[in-house]
Amino acid sequence: MAQMLLKTPLHDRHVALGARMVPFAGWEMPVQYQGVIPEHRAVRADCGVFDVSHMGEFEVEGPRATELLQSLLSNDLEKIGPGEAQYTLLTNDRGGIIDDLIAYRLEPFRYLLIVNAANREVDFGWVKEREIRGSDVRDASDEYALLAVQGPRAIERLDLPEAKQFTFAEGAIDGIQCMVNRTGYTGEAGCEILVMAEDAAALWDRVLARGAVPCGLGARDTLRLEASLPLHGNDITPDTDAISAGLGWCCALDKEFSGAPELRELKVRGPERKLVSFVLEEKGVPRQGMAIEGGGEVTSGTHSPMLERGIGMGYIPAESAAAGTDLAIDVRGKSRRARVVKRPIYKREE
Amino acid sequence: MAASETYPDELKYHSGHDWARIDGDQAVLGITWFAQDALGELVHYEPPNEGDTIAKDSAYGEVESVKAVSDVIAPLSGEVLEVNAKVIEEPETVNDDPYGEGWLIRIRLTNPSETDSLLDVDAYKQVVADS
Repeated sequence: MAQMLLKTPLHDRHVALGARMVPFAGWEMPVQYQGVIPEHRAVRADCGVFDVSHMGEFEVEGPRATELLQSLLSNDLEKIGPGEAQYTLLTNDRGGIIDDLIAYRLEPFRYLLIVNAANREVDFGWVKEREIRGSDVRDASDEYALLAVQGPRAIERLDLPEAKQFTFAEGAIDGIQCMVNRTGYTGEAGCEILVMAEDAAALWDRVLARGAVPCGLGARDTLRLEASLPLHGNDITPDTDAISAGLGWCCALDKEFSGAPELRELKVRGPERKLVSFVLEEKGVPRQGMAIEGGGEVTSGTHSPMLERGIGMGYIPAESAAAGTDLAIDVRGKSRRARVVKRPIYKREE
Repeated sequence: MAASETYPDELKYHSGHDWARIDGDQAVLGITWFAQDALGELVHYEPPNEGDTIAKDSAYGEVESVKAVSDVIAPLSGEVLEVNAKVIEEPETVNDDPYGEGWLIRIRLTNPSETDSLLDVDAYKQVVADS
Protein backbone atom coordinates (compact mmCIF):
# COMPACT_ATOMS: atom_id res chain seq x y z
CA MET A 1 0.00 0.00 0.00
CA ALA A 2 1.20 3.48 -0.80
CA GLN A 3 2.48 5.43 2.17
CA MET A 4 0.26 8.34 3.16
CA LEU A 5 2.20 11.50 2.45
CA LEU A 6 1.90 14.50 4.74
CA LYS A 7 0.88 17.82 3.24
CA THR A 8 2.03 21.26 4.35
CA PRO A 9 -0.53 24.05 4.88
CA LEU A 10 0.57 25.39 1.45
CA HIS A 11 -0.11 22.20 -0.49
CA ASP A 12 -3.10 23.66 -2.38
CA ARG A 13 -1.07 26.75 -3.29
CA HIS A 14 1.66 24.58 -4.85
CA VAL A 15 -0.81 22.54 -6.87
CA ALA A 16 -2.56 25.72 -8.06
CA LEU A 17 0.81 27.07 -9.24
CA GLY A 18 1.38 23.92 -11.30
CA ALA A 19 4.23 22.60 -9.14
CA ARG A 20 5.56 19.12 -9.72
CA MET A 21 4.93 17.39 -6.40
CA VAL A 22 7.21 14.58 -5.18
CA PRO A 23 7.54 12.50 -2.02
CA PHE A 24 10.27 13.79 0.29
CA ALA A 25 10.91 12.55 3.84
CA GLY A 26 7.28 11.44 4.14
CA TRP A 27 5.89 14.70 2.75
CA GLU A 28 4.47 15.61 -0.61
CA MET A 29 6.58 18.61 -1.58
CA PRO A 30 7.07 20.82 -4.66
CA VAL A 31 10.31 19.90 -6.44
CA GLN A 32 9.86 22.64 -9.03
CA TYR A 33 7.35 25.12 -10.45
CA GLN A 34 8.73 26.63 -13.65
CA GLY A 35 12.04 24.73 -13.54
CA VAL A 36 15.05 24.24 -11.30
CA ILE A 37 17.39 26.50 -13.26
CA PRO A 38 15.15 29.61 -13.54
CA GLU A 39 14.19 29.24 -9.87
CA HIS A 40 17.84 28.93 -8.88
CA ARG A 41 18.74 32.04 -10.87
CA ALA A 42 15.86 34.00 -9.33
CA VAL A 43 17.34 33.39 -5.88
CA ARG A 44 20.84 34.39 -6.98
CA ALA A 45 19.62 37.53 -8.77
CA ASP A 46 16.63 38.71 -6.76
CA CYS A 47 14.35 36.78 -4.43
CA GLY A 48 12.77 33.34 -4.16
CA VAL A 49 10.46 31.72 -1.62
CA PHE A 50 10.52 28.07 -0.50
CA ASP A 51 7.93 26.21 1.53
CA VAL A 52 10.01 24.38 4.12
CA SER A 53 7.12 23.65 6.47
CA HIS A 54 8.11 20.00 6.46
CA MET A 55 10.98 20.86 8.80
CA GLY A 56 10.49 20.10 12.49
CA GLU A 57 10.24 22.58 15.35
CA PHE A 58 10.88 21.62 18.96
CA GLU A 59 10.42 23.87 21.96
CA VAL A 60 12.72 23.24 24.89
CA GLU A 61 12.13 25.14 28.10
CA GLY A 62 12.63 25.14 31.81
CA PRO A 63 15.27 26.28 34.28
CA ARG A 64 17.55 23.42 33.15
CA ALA A 65 16.83 23.71 29.40
CA THR A 66 20.27 25.16 28.76
CA GLU A 67 21.96 22.39 30.73
CA LEU A 68 20.07 19.73 28.75
CA LEU A 69 20.89 21.22 25.37
CA GLN A 70 24.50 21.93 26.27
CA SER A 71 24.91 18.20 26.92
CA LEU A 72 23.38 17.17 23.57
CA LEU A 73 24.38 19.87 21.07
CA SER A 74 27.90 20.48 19.80
CA ASN A 75 27.95 24.27 19.77
CA ASP A 76 28.09 26.44 22.88
CA LEU A 77 24.72 28.01 23.69
CA GLU A 78 26.40 30.34 26.20
CA LYS A 79 27.70 32.25 23.18
CA ILE A 80 24.21 33.39 22.23
CA GLY A 81 21.57 35.34 24.09
CA PRO A 82 17.85 35.91 23.53
CA GLY A 83 17.26 37.02 19.92
CA GLU A 84 20.24 35.06 18.61
CA ALA A 85 20.50 31.73 16.82
CA GLN A 86 23.25 29.19 16.25
CA TYR A 87 24.04 26.41 13.78
CA THR A 88 24.78 23.28 15.77
CA LEU A 89 24.91 19.48 15.62
CA LEU A 90 23.02 16.83 17.53
CA THR A 91 25.71 14.22 18.08
CA ASN A 92 25.66 10.59 19.17
CA ASP A 93 28.01 8.90 21.65
CA ARG A 94 30.56 8.25 18.89
CA GLY A 95 30.56 11.88 17.76
CA GLY A 96 28.46 10.97 14.71
CA ILE A 97 25.97 13.51 13.45
CA ILE A 98 22.36 12.60 14.26
CA ASP A 99 21.23 15.88 12.67
CA ASP A 100 22.30 19.43 11.97
CA LEU A 101 19.96 22.14 13.13
CA ILE A 102 19.57 25.73 14.19
CA ALA A 103 18.96 26.55 17.86
CA TYR A 104 17.12 29.81 18.56
CA ARG A 105 17.40 31.26 22.06
CA LEU A 106 13.92 32.67 22.59
CA GLU A 107 14.41 33.56 26.24
CA PRO A 108 17.15 32.75 28.74
CA PHE A 109 15.47 29.42 29.54
CA ARG A 110 13.50 28.77 26.36
CA TYR A 111 14.75 27.55 22.99
CA LEU A 112 13.38 26.64 19.57
CA LEU A 113 15.18 23.96 17.56
CA ILE A 114 14.48 23.74 13.81
CA VAL A 115 15.48 20.30 12.53
CA ASN A 116 15.49 18.38 9.26
CA ALA A 117 12.16 16.84 8.25
CA ALA A 118 13.69 13.42 7.68
CA ASN A 119 15.13 13.34 11.21
CA ARG A 120 12.27 14.86 13.16
CA GLU A 121 11.20 11.65 14.91
CA VAL A 122 14.71 10.37 15.59
CA ASP A 123 15.80 13.74 16.95
CA PHE A 124 12.76 14.13 19.13
CA GLY A 125 13.14 10.63 20.54
CA TRP A 126 16.83 11.22 21.26
CA VAL A 127 16.27 14.50 23.09
CA LYS A 128 13.10 13.40 24.88
CA GLU A 129 14.78 10.29 26.30
CA ARG A 130 17.50 12.46 27.76
CA GLU A 131 15.18 15.09 29.26
CA ILE A 132 16.13 16.01 32.80
CA ARG A 133 14.02 17.35 35.66
CA GLY A 134 13.59 21.06 35.04
CA SER A 135 13.55 20.76 31.26
CA ASP A 136 10.64 20.09 28.94
CA VAL A 137 10.87 19.16 25.27
CA ARG A 138 7.83 19.47 23.01
CA ASP A 139 7.40 18.74 19.29
CA ALA A 140 5.49 21.77 18.02
CA SER A 141 6.04 21.06 14.32
CA ASP A 142 2.39 20.72 13.41
CA GLU A 143 1.55 24.17 14.73
CA TYR A 144 3.86 26.01 12.37
CA ALA A 145 4.66 26.63 8.75
CA LEU A 146 8.08 27.85 7.62
CA LEU A 147 8.84 29.94 4.54
CA ALA A 148 12.41 30.59 3.42
CA VAL A 149 12.66 33.89 1.53
CA GLN A 150 16.11 34.08 0.02
CA GLY A 151 18.08 36.28 -2.35
CA PRO A 152 19.91 39.60 -2.53
CA ARG A 153 16.60 41.53 -2.64
CA ALA A 154 14.67 39.34 -0.17
CA ILE A 155 14.92 41.71 2.79
CA GLU A 156 14.09 44.78 0.71
CA ARG A 157 11.07 43.09 -0.90
CA LEU A 158 9.69 42.22 2.54
CA ASP A 159 10.39 45.76 3.84
CA LEU A 160 12.38 44.31 6.73
CA PRO A 161 15.12 46.21 8.55
CA GLU A 162 18.71 45.15 8.07
CA ALA A 163 19.81 42.71 10.75
CA LYS A 164 22.77 40.44 11.45
CA GLN A 165 22.79 36.85 10.22
CA PHE A 166 21.70 34.36 12.89
CA THR A 167 19.48 36.83 14.71
CA PHE A 168 15.70 36.78 14.85
CA ALA A 169 12.79 38.93 15.91
CA GLU A 170 9.06 38.77 16.25
CA GLY A 171 7.40 40.86 13.62
CA ALA A 172 4.56 41.22 11.17
CA ILE A 173 4.60 41.07 7.39
CA ASP A 174 1.56 42.82 5.92
CA GLY A 175 -0.17 42.41 9.26
CA ILE A 176 0.60 38.69 9.64
CA GLN A 177 2.37 37.92 12.92
CA CYS A 178 5.50 35.84 12.49
CA MET A 179 9.04 35.16 13.68
CA VAL A 180 11.64 36.38 11.20
CA ASN A 181 14.91 34.47 11.37
CA ARG A 182 17.98 35.74 9.53
CA THR A 183 19.00 32.29 8.42
CA GLY A 184 18.90 30.27 5.21
CA TYR A 185 20.27 27.44 3.13
CA THR A 186 21.20 29.13 -0.15
CA GLY A 187 24.31 31.20 0.55
CA GLU A 188 22.24 34.36 -0.06
CA ALA A 189 20.85 37.01 2.24
CA GLY A 190 17.30 36.55 3.36
CA CYS A 191 15.27 35.05 6.13
CA GLU A 192 13.24 32.07 7.23
CA ILE A 193 9.80 33.03 8.50
CA LEU A 194 8.03 30.92 11.09
CA VAL A 195 4.28 31.47 11.04
CA MET A 196 1.25 29.78 12.56
CA ALA A 197 0.01 27.05 10.21
CA GLU A 198 -3.37 28.75 9.77
CA ASP A 199 -1.70 31.98 8.59
CA ALA A 200 0.69 30.28 6.17
CA ALA A 201 -1.37 30.62 3.00
CA ALA A 202 -2.01 34.33 3.57
CA LEU A 203 1.69 34.94 4.20
CA TRP A 204 2.67 32.92 1.11
CA ASP A 205 0.30 35.02 -1.00
CA ARG A 206 1.76 38.25 0.38
CA VAL A 207 5.33 37.12 -0.19
CA LEU A 208 4.53 36.21 -3.82
CA ALA A 209 2.73 39.55 -4.28
CA ARG A 210 5.92 41.24 -3.13
CA GLY A 211 7.76 39.62 -6.02
CA ALA A 212 9.33 36.47 -4.61
CA VAL A 213 9.55 33.64 -7.15
CA PRO A 214 8.19 30.30 -5.87
CA CYS A 215 11.06 27.79 -5.70
CA GLY A 216 11.03 24.05 -5.11
CA LEU A 217 13.27 21.51 -3.45
CA GLY A 218 15.22 21.09 -6.71
CA ALA A 219 16.58 24.63 -6.57
CA ARG A 220 17.03 24.36 -2.81
CA ASP A 221 19.47 21.50 -3.43
CA THR A 222 21.45 23.19 -6.24
CA LEU A 223 21.66 26.42 -4.22
CA ARG A 224 22.88 24.77 -1.02
CA LEU A 225 25.43 22.74 -2.94
CA GLU A 226 26.84 25.82 -4.70
CA ALA A 227 27.10 27.32 -1.22
CA SER A 228 28.92 24.14 0.03
CA LEU A 229 26.31 23.64 2.75
CA PRO A 230 26.11 19.98 3.76
CA LEU A 231 22.87 18.00 3.52
CA HIS A 232 22.17 15.61 6.37
CA GLY A 233 21.66 12.10 5.02
CA ASN A 234 24.08 12.76 2.14
CA ASP A 235 27.18 14.62 3.30
CA ILE A 236 26.82 14.16 7.03
CA THR A 237 25.23 11.18 8.78
CA PRO A 238 25.27 9.38 12.14
CA ASP A 239 28.34 7.53 10.77
CA THR A 240 30.31 10.66 9.86
CA ASP A 241 31.75 13.15 12.29
CA ALA A 242 32.07 16.91 12.44
CA ILE A 243 35.87 16.97 12.24
CA SER A 244 36.01 14.99 8.98
CA ALA A 245 33.10 17.06 7.61
CA GLY A 246 34.86 20.36 8.26
CA LEU A 247 32.28 21.31 10.89
CA GLY A 248 34.72 21.55 13.79
CA TRP A 249 33.92 25.27 13.93
CA CYS A 250 30.50 24.50 15.42
CA CYS A 251 31.84 22.04 18.01
CA ALA A 252 32.75 23.56 21.37
CA LEU A 253 35.28 20.92 22.36
CA ASP A 254 35.97 22.72 25.64
CA LYS A 255 32.54 21.65 26.97
CA GLU A 256 31.03 18.20 27.48
CA PHE A 257 28.40 16.90 25.04
CA SER A 258 27.62 13.50 23.47
CA GLY A 259 30.67 12.34 21.57
CA ALA A 260 32.89 15.25 22.66
CA PRO A 261 35.73 12.97 23.93
CA GLU A 262 35.74 11.07 20.61
CA LEU A 263 35.81 14.35 18.63
CA ARG A 264 38.66 15.74 20.76
CA GLU A 265 40.66 12.62 20.16
CA LEU A 266 39.91 12.70 16.43
CA LYS A 267 40.94 16.34 16.22
CA VAL A 268 44.32 15.55 17.79
CA ARG A 269 44.87 12.42 15.69
CA GLY A 270 43.61 14.06 12.50
CA PRO A 271 40.78 12.56 10.40
CA GLU A 272 41.53 9.93 7.77
CA ARG A 273 39.05 11.43 5.32
CA LYS A 274 37.79 14.92 4.75
CA LEU A 275 34.66 16.27 3.14
CA VAL A 276 35.65 18.50 0.23
CA SER A 277 33.86 20.56 -2.37
CA PHE A 278 34.84 20.05 -5.99
CA VAL A 279 34.12 21.33 -9.48
CA LEU A 280 34.29 19.22 -12.63
CA GLU A 281 36.83 20.37 -15.16
CA GLU A 282 35.01 18.71 -18.03
CA LYS A 283 31.46 17.81 -18.99
CA GLY A 284 29.37 15.47 -16.89
CA VAL A 285 27.34 15.57 -13.71
CA PRO A 286 28.62 13.88 -10.54
CA ARG A 287 26.02 12.09 -8.42
CA GLN A 288 25.82 10.68 -4.90
CA GLY A 289 27.59 7.32 -4.59
CA MET A 290 30.04 7.74 -7.48
CA ALA A 291 33.61 6.69 -6.73
CA ILE A 292 36.41 9.23 -6.51
CA GLU A 293 39.63 7.56 -7.68
CA GLY A 294 42.13 7.03 -4.89
CA GLY A 295 39.56 5.98 -2.33
CA GLY A 296 36.77 8.51 -2.08
CA GLU A 297 33.09 8.86 -2.71
CA VAL A 298 30.74 11.57 -3.92
CA THR A 299 28.12 12.37 -1.26
CA SER A 300 26.26 15.08 -3.22
CA GLY A 301 26.52 16.11 -6.84
CA THR A 302 24.62 18.21 -9.32
CA HIS A 303 24.89 20.63 -12.18
CA SER A 304 25.69 24.17 -11.03
CA PRO A 305 23.40 26.64 -12.80
CA MET A 306 25.79 29.52 -12.03
CA LEU A 307 29.06 27.83 -13.05
CA GLU A 308 27.32 25.72 -15.73
CA ARG A 309 29.34 22.66 -14.82
CA GLY A 310 29.19 19.67 -12.53
CA ILE A 311 29.84 20.32 -8.84
CA GLY A 312 29.72 18.22 -5.71
CA MET A 313 30.96 17.24 -2.31
CA GLY A 314 32.59 14.05 -1.21
CA TYR A 315 34.95 12.38 1.23
CA ILE A 316 38.53 11.84 0.10
CA PRO A 317 41.74 10.86 1.91
CA ALA A 318 42.77 13.77 4.14
CA GLU A 319 46.25 14.01 2.60
CA SER A 320 44.78 14.93 -0.78
CA ALA A 321 42.05 17.26 0.44
CA ALA A 322 43.76 20.62 -0.11
CA ALA A 323 42.11 23.13 -2.45
CA GLY A 324 43.59 22.84 -5.93
CA THR A 325 44.10 19.07 -5.76
CA ASP A 326 43.11 17.22 -8.94
CA LEU A 327 40.54 14.44 -8.61
CA ALA A 328 39.12 11.88 -11.01
CA ILE A 329 35.49 10.86 -10.60
CA ASP A 330 33.97 7.75 -12.12
CA VAL A 331 30.85 9.10 -13.86
CA ARG A 332 29.07 5.96 -15.08
CA GLY A 333 32.22 4.32 -16.33
CA LYS A 334 33.95 7.46 -17.63
CA SER A 335 36.73 9.10 -15.66
CA ARG A 336 36.03 12.83 -15.33
CA ARG A 337 38.58 15.36 -14.11
CA ALA A 338 37.63 17.50 -11.13
CA ARG A 339 39.39 19.88 -8.77
CA VAL A 340 39.04 20.45 -5.04
CA VAL A 341 37.92 24.04 -4.39
CA LYS A 342 37.62 26.28 -1.35
CA ARG A 343 34.16 26.56 0.16
CA PRO A 344 31.79 27.90 -0.97
CA ILE A 345 31.84 26.52 -4.49
CA TYR A 346 30.04 29.63 -5.74
CA LYS A 347 29.87 33.11 -4.27
CA ARG A 348 28.62 36.12 -6.17
CA GLU A 349 31.20 38.82 -6.74
CA GLU A 350 30.05 41.89 -4.84
CA MET B 1 11.49 28.89 -23.37
CA ALA B 2 10.19 25.35 -23.00
CA ALA B 3 8.08 24.00 -25.85
CA SER B 4 4.42 23.14 -25.29
CA GLU B 5 3.24 19.54 -25.48
CA THR B 6 3.13 18.28 -29.06
CA TYR B 7 3.63 15.00 -30.92
CA PRO B 8 4.05 15.62 -34.66
CA ASP B 9 1.97 13.41 -36.98
CA GLU B 10 4.80 12.73 -39.40
CA LEU B 11 7.12 11.08 -36.87
CA LYS B 12 7.39 7.47 -35.78
CA TYR B 13 7.66 6.73 -32.05
CA HIS B 14 9.16 4.21 -29.66
CA SER B 15 7.54 3.45 -26.32
CA GLY B 16 10.77 4.53 -24.58
CA HIS B 17 9.72 8.11 -25.46
CA ASP B 18 11.94 8.45 -28.50
CA TRP B 19 11.03 9.59 -32.00
CA ALA B 20 12.40 8.90 -35.50
CA ARG B 21 12.05 11.01 -38.62
CA ILE B 22 12.62 8.50 -41.42
CA ASP B 23 13.93 9.69 -44.76
CA GLY B 24 14.80 6.88 -47.18
CA ASP B 25 17.57 4.77 -45.65
CA GLN B 26 18.35 7.38 -43.02
CA ALA B 27 16.62 8.58 -39.88
CA VAL B 28 17.00 11.45 -37.45
CA LEU B 29 16.37 10.48 -33.80
CA GLY B 30 15.45 12.38 -30.67
CA ILE B 31 13.43 12.27 -27.46
CA THR B 32 9.79 13.29 -27.20
CA TRP B 33 8.21 16.23 -25.45
CA PHE B 34 7.08 13.84 -22.71
CA ALA B 35 10.64 12.62 -22.10
CA GLN B 36 12.17 16.09 -21.86
CA ASP B 37 9.33 17.30 -19.63
CA ALA B 38 9.79 14.38 -17.25
CA LEU B 39 13.52 15.08 -16.98
CA GLY B 40 13.37 18.87 -16.73
CA GLU B 41 15.97 21.20 -18.16
CA LEU B 42 18.75 19.17 -19.72
CA VAL B 43 22.27 20.06 -18.66
CA HIS B 44 24.29 17.28 -20.26
CA TYR B 45 24.12 15.10 -23.38
CA GLU B 46 26.45 12.13 -23.64
CA PRO B 47 26.32 11.19 -27.34
CA PRO B 48 27.61 8.14 -29.20
CA ASN B 49 30.55 8.58 -31.58
CA GLU B 50 30.04 9.05 -35.28
CA GLY B 51 30.57 5.67 -36.89
CA ASP B 52 29.22 3.72 -33.90
CA THR B 53 26.53 1.20 -34.56
CA ILE B 54 23.42 1.37 -32.43
CA ALA B 55 20.87 -1.37 -31.85
CA LYS B 56 17.11 -0.99 -31.68
CA ASP B 57 15.81 -0.98 -28.09
CA SER B 58 19.31 -0.44 -26.65
CA ALA B 59 20.75 2.71 -25.11
CA TYR B 60 22.89 4.83 -27.44
CA GLY B 61 23.45 7.86 -25.24
CA GLU B 62 22.47 9.67 -22.04
CA VAL B 63 20.57 12.84 -21.38
CA GLU B 64 20.84 14.40 -17.97
CA SER B 65 18.97 17.11 -16.12
CA VAL B 66 19.75 18.76 -12.81
CA LYS B 67 17.75 16.03 -11.13
CA ALA B 68 18.24 12.84 -13.12
CA VAL B 69 20.05 10.98 -15.86
CA SER B 70 18.28 8.87 -18.48
CA ASP B 71 19.44 6.49 -21.17
CA VAL B 72 18.33 7.34 -24.68
CA ILE B 73 16.88 4.27 -26.37
CA ALA B 74 17.40 3.64 -30.08
CA PRO B 75 14.06 3.20 -31.85
CA LEU B 76 15.91 1.69 -34.84
CA SER B 77 19.25 0.01 -35.58
CA GLY B 78 21.85 1.85 -37.60
CA GLU B 79 25.22 3.49 -38.01
CA VAL B 80 25.70 6.93 -36.51
CA LEU B 81 26.31 9.42 -39.32
CA GLU B 82 26.08 12.63 -37.33
CA VAL B 83 25.73 13.81 -33.74
CA ASN B 84 23.99 17.12 -33.04
CA ALA B 85 26.86 19.29 -31.81
CA LYS B 86 24.45 22.07 -30.82
CA VAL B 87 22.87 19.81 -28.20
CA ILE B 88 26.27 18.87 -26.78
CA GLU B 89 27.04 22.56 -26.27
CA GLU B 90 23.49 23.63 -25.33
CA PRO B 91 21.55 20.62 -24.03
CA GLU B 92 18.56 22.83 -23.19
CA THR B 93 17.94 23.01 -26.96
CA VAL B 94 16.12 19.69 -26.49
CA ASN B 95 13.66 21.32 -24.07
CA ASP B 96 13.13 24.28 -26.36
CA ASP B 97 12.59 22.33 -29.57
CA PRO B 98 12.57 18.54 -29.05
CA TYR B 99 11.60 17.66 -32.64
CA GLY B 100 13.61 20.34 -34.46
CA GLU B 101 16.89 21.91 -33.29
CA GLY B 102 16.95 19.43 -30.41
CA TRP B 103 17.43 16.28 -32.50
CA LEU B 104 20.15 13.97 -31.13
CA ILE B 105 21.65 11.84 -33.91
CA ARG B 106 21.27 10.97 -37.58
CA ILE B 107 21.74 7.32 -38.57
CA ARG B 108 21.87 5.10 -41.63
CA LEU B 109 19.38 2.29 -41.14
CA THR B 110 20.88 -1.19 -41.07
CA ASN B 111 17.54 -2.95 -40.84
CA PRO B 112 14.86 -0.79 -42.54
CA SER B 113 12.13 -3.35 -41.90
CA GLU B 114 12.31 -2.38 -38.20
CA THR B 115 10.37 0.78 -39.03
CA ASP B 116 7.22 -1.36 -39.25
CA SER B 117 7.37 -2.00 -35.51
CA LEU B 118 7.37 1.68 -34.52
CA LEU B 119 4.30 3.44 -33.18
CA ASP B 120 2.33 6.02 -35.10
CA VAL B 121 1.36 9.21 -33.34
CA ASP B 122 -1.98 7.97 -32.05
CA ALA B 123 -0.47 4.80 -30.60
CA TYR B 124 2.28 6.83 -28.95
CA LYS B 125 -0.19 9.30 -27.47
CA GLN B 126 -1.86 6.30 -25.85
CA VAL B 127 1.51 5.33 -24.34
CA VAL B 128 1.83 8.85 -22.93
CA ALA B 129 -1.74 8.76 -21.59
CA ASP B 130 -0.96 5.49 -19.80
CA SER B 131 2.36 6.70 -18.37
